[in-house]
Amino acid sequence: MSGPLTFEARNLSYAYGGGPLVVNGVSLTAAPGTMTAVIGSNGSGKSTLIRMLAGLLKPRSGSILLGGVALDAWEPRLRAREIAYVPQSTATVFPFPAIDLVLSGRAPHAVRFRFEGGHDTEKAMEALELADAAHLASRPFTSLSGGERQMVILARALAQEPRLLLLDEPSSSLDLKHRAALIRTLMELRRTRNLSAIMVTHDIQMAGAFDRIVALRCGEVAASGTPDEVLSEPRLRDVYDDPNVRSRRIGNQTLVWADL
Amino acid sequence: MAILTLILLASIAVGVAVGSQRIDLTGIFSDPFSRTLFFRLRLPRVLLGLVIGASLAVTGGALQALFRNPLADPYTLGVSGGGALGASVAIALGWSARVGGVPLIFAASFAGAMVAVTLVRTIARSGAVVLPGALLLSGIAVNLIAAAGVLTIEYLTDPSSALRILRWLIGSLDVVGLAPVGRMMLVLAPAWLLLLAYSRKLNLIAIDEDTAATLGVNVRRCESVVHALCALIVGVTVSAGGAIGFVGLIVPHAVRMMFGEDLRIVLPGSLLLGAAFLILTDALARTVLSSGELPVGAVTGLLGGPVFLWLLRRRQQFAAM
Repeated sequence: MSGPLTFEARNLSYAYGGGPLVVNGVSLTAAPGTMTAVIGSNGSGKSTLIRMLAGLLKPRSGSILLGGVALDAWEPRLRAREIAYVPQSTATVFPFPAIDLVLSGRAPHAVRFRFEGGHDTEKAMEALELADAAHLASRPFTSLSGGERQMVILARALAQEPRLLLLDEPSSSLDLKHRAALIRTLMELRRTRNLSAIMVTHDIQMAGAFDRIVALRCGEVAASGTPDEVLSEPRLRDVYDDPNVRSRRIGNQTLVWADL
Repeated sequence: MAILTLILLASIAVGVAVGSQRIDLTGIFSDPFSRTLFFRLRLPRVLLGLVIGASLAVTGGALQALFRNPLADPYTLGVSGGGALGASVAIALGWSARVGGVPLIFAASFAGAMVAVTLVRTIARSGAVVLPGALLLSGIAVNLIAAAGVLTIEYLTDPSSALRILRWLIGSLDVVGLAPVGRMMLVLAPAWLLLLAYSRKLNLIAIDEDTAATLGVNVRRCESVVHALCALIVGVTVSAGGAIGFVGLIVPHAVRMMFGEDLRIVLPGSLLLGAAFLILTDALARTVLSSGELPVGAVTGLLGGPVFLWLLRRRQQFAAM
């Protein structure tokens, strides 16, 4: 394929059925090699937004462009080589071994009517190692804990070798160590593969490590900019609509908490 | 696959060899009675078992993947029931007629199966999620409705047709001559191949629907095609052999236990093992009584029902869905 492509969402809106707009006029851009975090309180439209970006929901209005071409005009397999999606959770009923799940990420690169080859298995193992989940390879996915599942699903997306990663709360079940490891992995992939990412998260520490933060409130962009700009106390109080939110700079990180 | 092919060949040999009337295989070429018995009754019966067993097993495997539900099969989802209702209508009306070379009973049975699968799918799907409980319950409801419909037809129709429906409904592989099997294969062979061609996509859907969509699978289209294929395959087999239950449940599970979860292996494996399974079950049904035969559907039901319950029990242990 050609060089890295810019991913752009313009004025997206969405409503479930005949209900109210849960996403309303949201725009964001992910240039190659940029990391964008989407934050906001529960029900602010974050997951709906990322599901639209992944092509799983069709926007009520607005457009999503990848390299200047509308997302739904892309041939699905070619699109899948550009964009990978890490869902909040995967409820697999059948006890597929973890490595099979990761190998499924190779599908967009596979030749029709042929099984994955040694090359694909190599890529899958490499992805499992990047996600710090190589030790889970032969375990049935259904027997893994929530956090382990998230690591395997991340590996599946990495095996896809996308240039843009869309993540929906990838760290919600991860412990402190693995959250930090996830950030380091993403930063490493940005350096080595020029990967860009858009990540929905409640984890402000993770968001603070990204290039840009988009904060949603009631489906609209309440704040957008660098972590320094968005994670200021007045901005965050506005985003979460809560005067108890506190924010302090410590070293090169921002500490955010809420008074009890 | 080599092992499964061997199993299939062995079961064909067993199926051909046993029966209420012993046939001396060496006598086929010299003795006209043996020859007639062999080519008009025994061999067609074994081949019909092969075709129906393979069909039910492969659709079972596909439906389980599509609905991400290990308890799905043409019988539990009401697809066989719908097909049976369609076929009973055809039998009662004496439709031995054809439309454009296609026996009307095929068409009626396919239509019934298609209505059933569409109903079950529509009811169980809530947004992007197929509710496993709702799926099986709506399957049961469709089965009950279809059974009531069949009963109504039996009641209204003349006694000889009613008896035919009753005998056929339990599931039996009685067939005379090779022509009916050939007619079925004209429809089934392409449908099998098409279904197998979808096994990669089904494998991704079996893992997770959203993930499959972001990996480049058009999930809705794949679903529609697989539904139509399953309805077609089940419709044709039901119209020939009645509603033979649980083959599509037991066989894919056995294949999974032997070869793992990958649908690209489970589907062709089910095709082979399903054929072998039904041939052997029918051989058992023909020989278990010293006088007369059991309908094969009764045997698969007696074997498969407990397997269903066992799977249900096992599933509850690791997934409270």
